[in-house]
Amino acid sequence: MKVTIDGIEIDVPKGTTILQAARMIGPEVAPPTMCYYSKLKTSGGYCRTCIVKVTQGSTANPNPMPKPVASCRTEVMDGMVVQNITSPEIIEARKGVVEFLLINHPLDCPVCDQAGECKLQDLGYEHGAAKSRYEFKRREYEVIDIGDKIKLHMTRCILCYRCVKVAEQLTDGRVHGVVHRGDAAEISTYIQQAISNDFSGNVIDVCPVGALTDKTFRFKQRVWFTKPMDAHRNCKKCSGKARVWFKGDEVLRVTARKDQWDEVEDFICNECRYDHKKTADWTIEGPSHISRHSVISQNHYEHLNELKVQLMKQQKALGFMSIDKKP
Amino acid sequence: MGRKLLIHNDKVPGINTLEVYRANGGYASVEKALKTMTPDQVTDEVKKSGLRGRGGAGFPTGLKWSFLAKPEGVPRYLVCNADESEPGTFKDRYLMEKIPHALIEGMITSSYALGAKRSYIYIRGEYFYVARILEQAIAEAYAAGWLGQNILGTEFSHDCYVQVGGGAYICGEETALLESLEGKRGNPRIKPPFPAVAGLWGCPTVVNNVETIAAVCPIVNMGGDEYAKIGIGKSTGTKLISASGHINKPGVYEIELGVPVEEFIFSEEYCGGIRNGKKLKAVVAGGSSVPILPTELILKTAKGEPRLMTYESLADGGFQTGTMLGSGGFIVMDEDTSIVKNLFTFTRFYHHESCGQCSPCREGTGWMEKILKKFLNGTAEESDVDLLWDIQSKIEGKTICPLGEAAAWPVAAAIRHFKQEFIDIAKSKKFVDISHYNRLNKIVA
Amino acid sequence: MGAQVHGTQEFNKGKRAELKFSEEAMKTVQKIISNYPEGKHKSALLPVLHVAQAEFGGWLSPEVMDYVASVLNIKPIEVFEVASFYTMYNLKPVGKCVLEVCQTSSCWLNGAEDIVKYIEKKLGIKVGETTKDGMFTLKVAECLGSCGTAPMLQCGASYHENLTFEKVDQLINDYKTAGQRRNYTDLDYKNTL
Repeated sequence: MKVTIDGIEIDVPKGTTILQAARMIGPEVAPPTMCYYSKLKTSGGYCRTCIVKVTQGSTANPNPMPKPVASCRTEVMDGMVVQNITSPEIIEARKGVVEFLLINHPLDCPVCDQAGECKLQDLGYEHGAAKSRYEFKRREYEVIDIGDKIKLHMTRCILCYRCVKVAEQLTDGRVHGVVHRGDAAEISTYIQQAISNDFSGNVIDVCPVGALTDKTFRFKQRVWFTKPMDAHRNCKKCSGKARVWFKGDEVLRVTARKDQWDEVEDFICNECRYDHKKTADWTIEGPSHISRHSVISQNHYEHLNELKVQLMKQQKALGFMSIDKKP
Repeated sequence: MGRKLLIHNDKVPGINTLEVYRANGGYASVEKALKTMTPDQVTDEVKKSGLRGRGGAGFPTGLKWSFLAKPEGVPRYLVCNADESEPGTFKDRYLMEKIPHALIEGMITSSYALGAKRSYIYIRGEYFYVARILEQAIAEAYAAGWLGQNILGTEFSHDCYVQVGGGAYICGEETALLESLEGKRGNPRIKPPFPAVAGLWGCPTVVNNVETIAAVCPIVNMGGDEYAKIGIGKSTGTKLISASGHINKPGVYEIELGVPVEEFIFSEEYCGGIRNGKKLKAVVAGGSSVPILPTELILKTAKGEPRLMTYESLADGGFQTGTMLGSGGFIVMDEDTSIVKNLFTFTRFYHHESCGQCSPCREGTGWMEKILKKFLNGTAEESDVDLLWDIQSKIEGKTICPLGEAAAWPVAAAIRHFKQEFIDIAKSKKFVDISHYNRLNKIVA
Repeated sequence: MGAQVHGTQEFNKGKRAELKFSEEAMKTVQKIISNYPEGKHKSALLPVLHVAQAEFGGWLSPEVMDYVASVLNIKPIEVFEVASFYTMYNLKPVGKCVLEVCQTSSCWLNGAEDIVKYIEKKLGIKVGETTKDGMFTLKVAECLGSCGTAPMLQCGASYHENLTFEKVDQLINDYKTAGQRRNYTDLDYKNTL
């Protein structure tokens, strides 16, 4: 099927969504996403950040679609023509969505563990306005524990439903979900039951904001001062492929690895996530690839490493001592 | 006097019982359809009748029926949308309460056409007592053999059930209704797939409004062509209008589509004019979500032609100068009414009823309510009018279901036609509400 | 509203008590479940919650929701998600008679605000509060489909329409005299359409 997105034509298989097609073309035309997650079935459609304009439905039915559609949940038709960044209307609408997502957000980034890897920060920076027009009191909730490893800051939640889908699709007994409705809707566990399932920790990784954070990492370090390494271990429950975040020699946290679109590659089990915080537990593969746009890449670990190797080669060649010697 | 096809017998004593209903010609459409017509022939009559969905959207019913997927071995369902919750609309309650068998009869005839062995009437929970009336009627129908196995000795068997909701306007949206009927939160589904392909429990389903289903009976009885002669153009047949507000005779009226709006408001046959000799100020013609129009535009189109009670005439001029027939919730406001305060009640309503899935609606409706509250407190600035306009434009068309539009349109229309009222409040920093002073005769201090 | 008070915290209190539907209520529940095809019993949740609310004191405590979950063989969270979505389910205790005054457009145009003020004054409570004797809770509601007979209030299954202050006096008096809890599921209802 042929689809044209922002003037770029691409051939995709039947069943491909507009978003997937746009991602195939590249990040320049791929709409931002806050709730869609390719690894979670039925995710997407809620946040409305990925909306696009369909100016031609298909070759067979060239009429435009009457209103913007969520690209993550709309399958392409042969001959479909889509506008994303080339539509001023969509840019404006997206600005509106960002504003809506932020009016009740506490903007407590300075004390939020997610800062630096927060999708809402990125979205606000790339697509939002500089100032909020909202002058009213923001919603408030108490901070609660979901089990002994996860903190829920409901104030920061954008109701993307990803964590609910993880609980539904990865764990065998969902005990948390979205309760109440409208702007009073919130994530909640039912009564005291905590998430004790083996894969429950993945809700932290899929959360686009700082609503669900890892208590074992809480307030330990700003993420941009830590060094992510791809590592693996033999695990009976999951693939054992993880990302281990170092500060010096110390393992501060373990997360799943994420791809180009900031989505988890392999979901990991709670044992890998919480119980293996020693370097010796892991076989280090090398520095994780972090987009150069990310604040985490500030310290250029990958490049530093390359630099070190180069330097060592030169030093050896020149007969110098290694500068890598540690005190 | 216009013709009445749905509630012509509403004053007959005992019409709520099967015996009296039957004696007045009830269940004739079931007899005719099951004994003399094929299911497709029934659908054809509905197509010919030009009947359009009476719940608000006005989509051609016959066409909707023809979309129903019919895979082998998969059950199909008819679901009646009795979740009537659009402010200003109470016609379905009237019909179900007064003549419950009219709906049951329609359910059987329509199910026959669709090949549905089971049907559900999803009724809003607040109408619990109406659900009792329907259940009573269904029990009577079973006892008399109109429901159950081999109806009238034919091959056709049908079961009809009532389900009560739990209190949520959004369940009037057909996919939210299906979710609710499945025992879930009333979150609208993302379409496609449409219910005609994957509806209730993933099976092909038709969801129709109470009045639409009831209208199938006279259509089958008189024939689609005959029905189509009533009304004007694509607005065929009769329509129940719920009239409320500052009028002398609020209530449910069955009109032939095409009655002039002016006649509907001022004639003794219908609303009987504005109460207490006041002047007409504005009308919300089709339920809270349709654009409000000032007197000059509701009585006449922008071209100066008399505005008629039809889908087309009410929509004449688009949203710039027109509105919609919607669900037929006709709210009339007199000269003392504050459009701003009325809009506040609408916006509060949509804020309260937003399901919370889509961020523009979840966050935007509450924001608009807060800004409107500033007007009522006398603390609004003139710039708040522009802000309101901008917010509604960023909700409209940006959500999964039409609640976004329903919340945005009233705001847009109030500003479009009554901007000065907002500005006056912002300038004077004062809001005085005298809209309701003449109703209860005394006011609580 | 949930926005202000976090639901979960409230539900940490309270112990699980022995709960059981009466025989009659259980029959109703079984009848409701039989309205749906095999395996689709979750559909019965909304109507069964109405029965449970009427059966267990007019509100749905966590224990009641747990019990409903066990009766329908679904997860407790599925019950809580649903119960908290819909306005007719009370997640906190309420008075025996909950007076729900409609406040949307047509009702407002016809003096709903004055009816609310009148009841507040008469009962000495504000909207959302319950009288000390536990007899009345006053609420405001969004459009109840009674626009042509505005203003109106709902109490249990009954619609009280075309309200005047005199009618309010009367109905409050009647409810007080009867002294019974009013539920949506009541068979004896009044309506003045």
